[in-house]
Amino acid sequence: MFDGSQPITPPAGDPYPLFREEHEELRSSIRRFIDKEVAPFIEEWEELRDFPRELYDRCGELGFFGLKFAEEHGGSGPDYLAAAVFTEELARCGAGGVAAGLGAHTDLASLYVGNYGTPEQLQRWLVPSIRGEIIGALAVTEPDAGSDVASLRTRATRDGDHYVIDGAKTFITNGSKADYVVVAARTGGDGHAGISLIVVDATTPGFSTNRLDTVGWRTSHTAELFFDGVRVSAGNLLGGVEGDGFKQIMGNFGWERLAMALGANAAAAKTLEAGIAYAQERTAFGKPISKFQVWKHRFADLASEIAASRSLTYHALRRYVLGEPAIREIALAKSFACELDWKVADECLQVHGGWGYMMEYPVQRAWRDSRLGPIGGGTTEIMREIVAKIDGLS
Amino acid sequence: MTPRTPAAVRPSIFTPEHEELRASIRAYVERELRPFASEWEAAGWFPDEVFTKLGAAGFLGLTYPIELGGQGGDYLSGLVLKEEMAACGSGGVSMAVAVQTDMATPPILKFGTKEQQDTYLRPAIQGTKIACIGITEPGAGSDVANIQTTAKRDGSDWILNGRKVFITNGVRAHFCTLVARTSKQAGYQGFSLFIVPTDAPGWSVSRKLDKLGMRSSDTAEIALDDVRVPADALLGEEGNGFPQIMWELQGERLVAIAGSITGARLLHERCVAYAKERTTFGRPIGRNQAISHRLVELSEKIEAAQQLIYDAAWSFATGGYPVAEISMAKLYGGIVVNEMTNLAMQIFAGAAYTTALDIERAWRDTRLIRIGGGTDEIMREVIAKTMGL
Repeated sequence: MFDGSQPITPPAGDPYPLFREEHEELRSSIRRFIDKEVAPFIEEWEELRDFPRELYDRCGELGFFGLKFAEEHGGSGPDYLAAAVFTEELARCGAGGVAAGLGAHTDLASLYVGNYGTPEQLQRWLVPSIRGEIIGALAVTEPDAGSDVASLRTRATRDGDHYVIDGAKTFITNGSKADYVVVAARTGGDGHAGISLIVVDATTPGFSTNRLDTVGWRTSHTAELFFDGVRVSAGNLLGGVEGDGFKQIMGNFGWERLAMALGANAAAAKTLEAGIAYAQERTAFGKPISKFQVWKHRFADLASEIAASRSLTYHALRRYVLGEPAIREIALAKSFACELDWKVADECLQVHGGWGYMMEYPVQRAWRDSRLGPIGGGTTEIMREIVAKIDGLS
Repeated sequence: MTPRTPAAVRPSIFTPEHEELRASIRAYVERELRPFASEWEAAGWFPDEVFTKLGAAGFLGLTYPIELGGQGGDYLSGLVLKEEMAACGSGGVSMAVAVQTDMATPPILKFGTKEQQDTYLRPAIQGTKIACIGITEPGAGSDVANIQTTAKRDGSDWILNGRKVFITNGVRAHFCTLVARTSKQAGYQGFSLFIVPTDAPGWSVSRKLDKLGMRSSDTAEIALDDVRVPADALLGEEGNGFPQIMWELQGERLVAIAGSITGARLLHERCVAYAKERTTFGRPIGRNQAISHRLVELSEKIEAAQQLIYDAAWSFATGGYPVAEISMAKLYGGIVVNEMTNLAMQIFAGAAYTTALDIERAWRDTRLIRIGGGTDEIMREVIAKTMGL
């Protein structure tokens, strides 16, 4: 029986909230940067279907690409709470393509090199990536293999001190812009064990790209990649051990999906703010449409779901920063947050009425951009299959 | 495990001490309550002894000061009780206990005098006095400002007149923490809280209401006809009843949803286990993606609601007054709980539609979460207000 001999009091100086003062300072500085150097140019960049390379340099200069990496390589971490702040604030910039272009560089390509690279590889690709001097991409998905990584077919054949890569990749963010690509290729037999990751410089002969036209994420370079006898040094094998690729990919999926969930929540909050602002300004039947109960209540529901999504995602982040793989928590958060972001965008498009269907309001972009959330980084269906497996249901 | 941040991060709002407490409550519930749930449900009543035994075990005073016979624990230790009570198998029992610990008595600790605490709170912690809270009336629920029950001064006494309805524990209660209008002119400043002993002349239970769920709990309609109480029945300051009751409602909503979501989690676990075991067309039903993905979808929602509740509870426990978060947690959580109990009906199917399992009981019991303590629609109004809409 609980005898109450030791009263329970809240732990002093050991607070539960995740983010600390330094994180909030970082948040303010990123927000200032986005408001000044990114947000004002979104329309122009969307029109161009591109954003300037200098943005990578600026993020490098400001230290945003170094949050997850050690000081010895030019970073300031690792602090994934700080990285989470960057992801959230970046998602508020108003263009999924910009967030994706910078995210694919720092959260995918750089992170793979950072987590698995040999000392030489870290010097060659991570250090300049943190400075924003070179841009990276990660290439796993193929025309016939997405989340089903074990069936990928791109082959890397050993030839003396080199690998010769043949095959194709698709839907690769930054693909037609990157200076280097971390490529998943088959160095061995069928299945998981035959996969390795190899870094390919984009200037290597035999490497070519074809940029794809996308419904959203317009400024990001989403491309098909072709490998036609691409010859790279054996020293480009990430981590230096053949057959580690599958493990490496699985190890990094966690952060990729968590980052998507964090970004989705922040984007959803931003979309809702804009939807409410519109509803307060637009009048119908003599009063702002925000005063109609159907809209008031719908906004209350969406705000509640965004709050729940953020709590769910922070729960996964909490587990993740404690060092756990948190696969189940992250999969739950990724599907919930990304589905919600899309739903919020759709509802907020609705509140804009006819203007929601016109290209001059940003809500149409939120609607198109957010649709990628339930697809990229493993679809919602894949997330649910992962959890069903963990729960012993499939 | 290598941490991925230099910051000291705690894995949960609960400490190891909370988990110890949880284990002891869990064992108690399993032994003293769970075996009798069906019997009490059928009877539409559970014995008063449930209160005295819980009191003797120390569970009714977890968050109350040791000087008053409580355990001196923090707010979260009370939350552990609400969560664990969800396993008792009867929503009515856990609701009755929550009214005792988290609705009718916190105002006495917060606003009461030493004498009021000794007279009412101390025995409530022991379980020897059962408490109820009297807010709702035939013409006023969440619309507190429309309360018609009056309290008028007569010498140094107060005379109360009016009707209260949907009062949990109302049939058996020894006292009622009640809100009444003390001035017609003063608007929001015209309400005051009282502690009314139910043996006061003029207090009567006009009806024990029959409910679709929460059947083991007694729900009363109360008539107050010239109920005379002494001056010291006033709880807190005269005219301060409205903010006092608004404060009470925050705690009420939070514990209600915290218990409910735990019930949903337990039901989800049962569904997963059943989906692995129940076979159709030669394989477990859980092998169908139509079932497994629905269950995962509910895991997403339950976990999201759960973490929102914890974040709101943390804020409340550390001195915050998070009206928006609590309302959001109750609104979203309540919807999720109902979705889960309905899915459980679907997964257990024919078996769930019989009363042999207690799935239908959970389905009936949980329907109240979207009504009691303020309906979904009221929550949306509150949230919209906090958003400036």
